[in-house]
Amino acid sequence: MTGADDDALLRLDGIHTDIGRYRILHGVNLTARRGRVTALLGRNGAGKTTTLRTIMGLWKARQGRIIFDGQSIAAMDTPHIARLGIAYVPENMGIFGKLTVRENMLLATAPNGFAEPYLNRVLESFPALKLKWDSAAGSLSGGQKQMLAIGRAIVEPRRLLLVDEPTKGLSPAMVDQLVAALRRLKSEQTTILLVEQNFRVAEAIGDDVAVMDEGRIIHSGDMAALAADEALQHRLLGLRMAAGL
Amino acid sequence: MSEHWLDRLQRWAPYALTPLIVLAALPAMGVGPWVTLTVAGLTMGIMLFLVASGLTLIFGLMDVLNFAHAAFVTVGAYVTVSVLRPLAGWTTEFSLTLNLIALLVALVSAAAASGALGFVFERVIIRQVYGAPLRQILITIGALTVIEQLVIVLWGPQALVLPKPASLRGSVFLGSSPIETYRLVALAVGLAVAVAMHLFLTRTRLGLVVRAGVEDREMVQSLGYHIRRVFIGVFMAGTALAGMGGMMWGQYQELVTSQIGDSMTILVFIILIIGGLGSVGGCFIGAILVGLTTNYVGFLAPKLALGSNILLMALILLWQPRGLFPLAEH
Repeated sequence: MTGADDDALLRLDGIHTDIGRYRILHGVNLTARRGRVTALLGRNGAGKTTTLRTIMGLWKARQGRIIFDGQSIAAMDTPHIARLGIAYVPENMGIFGKLTVRENMLLATAPNGFAEPYLNRVLESFPALKLKWDSAAGSLSGGQKQMLAIGRAIVEPRRLLLVDEPTKGLSPAMVDQLVAALRRLKSEQTTILLVEQNFRVAEAIGDDVAVMDEGRIIHSGDMAALAADEALQHRLLGLRMAAGL
Repeated sequence: MSEHWLDRLQRWAPYALTPLIVLAALPAMGVGPWVTLTVAGLTMGIMLFLVASGLTLIFGLMDVLNFAHAAFVTVGAYVTVSVLRPLAGWTTEFSLTLNLIALLVALVSAAAASGALGFVFERVIIRQVYGAPLRQILITIGALTVIEQLVIVLWGPQALVLPKPASLRGSVFLGSSPIETYRLVALAVGLAVAVAMHLFLTRTRLGLVVRAGVEDREMVQSLGYHIRRVFIGVFMAGTALAGMGGMMWGQYQELVTSQIGDSMTILVFIILIIGGLGSVGGCFIGAILVGLTTNYVGFLAPKLALGSNILLMALILLWQPRGLFPLAEH
């Protein structure tokens, strides 16, 4: 991983995070390389969401270092971290249901409003958002809300995207659309740390992979290697069914 | 298809409630009293809205149930007394311009004093109890008592007279219906503040952040906004609005006591519950409903007047258990 460390945009070293009295992360070491998609896999309760929330400063690391582009961010507050160019798409999507689609997007822009090229990219990737532009976001379908959540994250230039289970609960057609949008971002060299339960999606997008269990990284390496090794998938993820997902 | 129709009815019914009550009152009392009481109800409602809107924003955004909110009403009313005394020459003069300037000075002073006190209150007291509802209730009730006693220390225990400016006394006639002049001014001022608040919340980036923060504070922070700074601003604005409400209410009653804020508290909480916690639009409609109901029932069935708003709240909660326009998920 020496080469990986050289082009690491984000690096977590020995991160421990507690929620209340419970320790959830037990020394997580994780790297997200520039311009690549790192898929973070693991069963429910493994600590994937906690890892993303710790990176965003929503839960504070009790111990360890988080280095973003050479800068330590573990002690920073969430707004400061966001302003470094890190966008977060939470598992619940974080949509403001009473605001319109336009207002949801506007909140994620710089003070001078929408940057046309980025807005156009979002609307090309997710045409449904254009049709619902002035509708309350709460009236969107689950898939449209996910499009809005991801669109909002990329309506400004970002250096790192943290995306938590974007395909959860979506129809296959909607999943395909999201995968296409994430692939487009990948082709534009956007660095993405993607938490995903659907191995087929993670395999389709991911360059690198890290697998978590009980608050630790138990495997990291190339996605292609994991995708090619069914026995390893089964051992790490219990995924004999991976092919069927 | 019928479900779709019912959904639409369900969505629009809360908006139709106020006009329906206004129209239903007309045949019950005749045109003359109806016009007078409708204007009186709207004026009372708009003054209550000023006080309640600050509280609902503070609750919706910050999850703080501030039982000391009434104290800021009281401070606003007392500051008005202190500001208008040296301006007595302007208020006793029969000049609408001078009278309105005096009121404007009092309004701004009351808002500034209550807002400044709100800033200190948030920094010193509220900041310690974020996320601790029981402690919030205890400490804000305690603070209410302390501030009211401090008001007595500063201004004395006796009720203070606050006469209306000369040209705003008496009534004007709308057809054959007498309307108190001050009510019209209060209605205009209250509506102007309500419109300004609406424009702020819907047309500005900061207003957008406040509305988003009411729904999901964590996500607002993840988008790069310092929600704690927004908290301070909203708390100051909320207490400043309470001060404005205190100014207008005290001037309307022409008498200020240390209990002036307390006298509005129950109505304000009824408005919050009727409108839906955290919703400014719901708060506006709730305040107008309470103002109108108080005046209509007071005329039609005086013995029921005291309980009419409790009854109104109970009926609305039976229909919409989270209020007419629920917003914050609390």
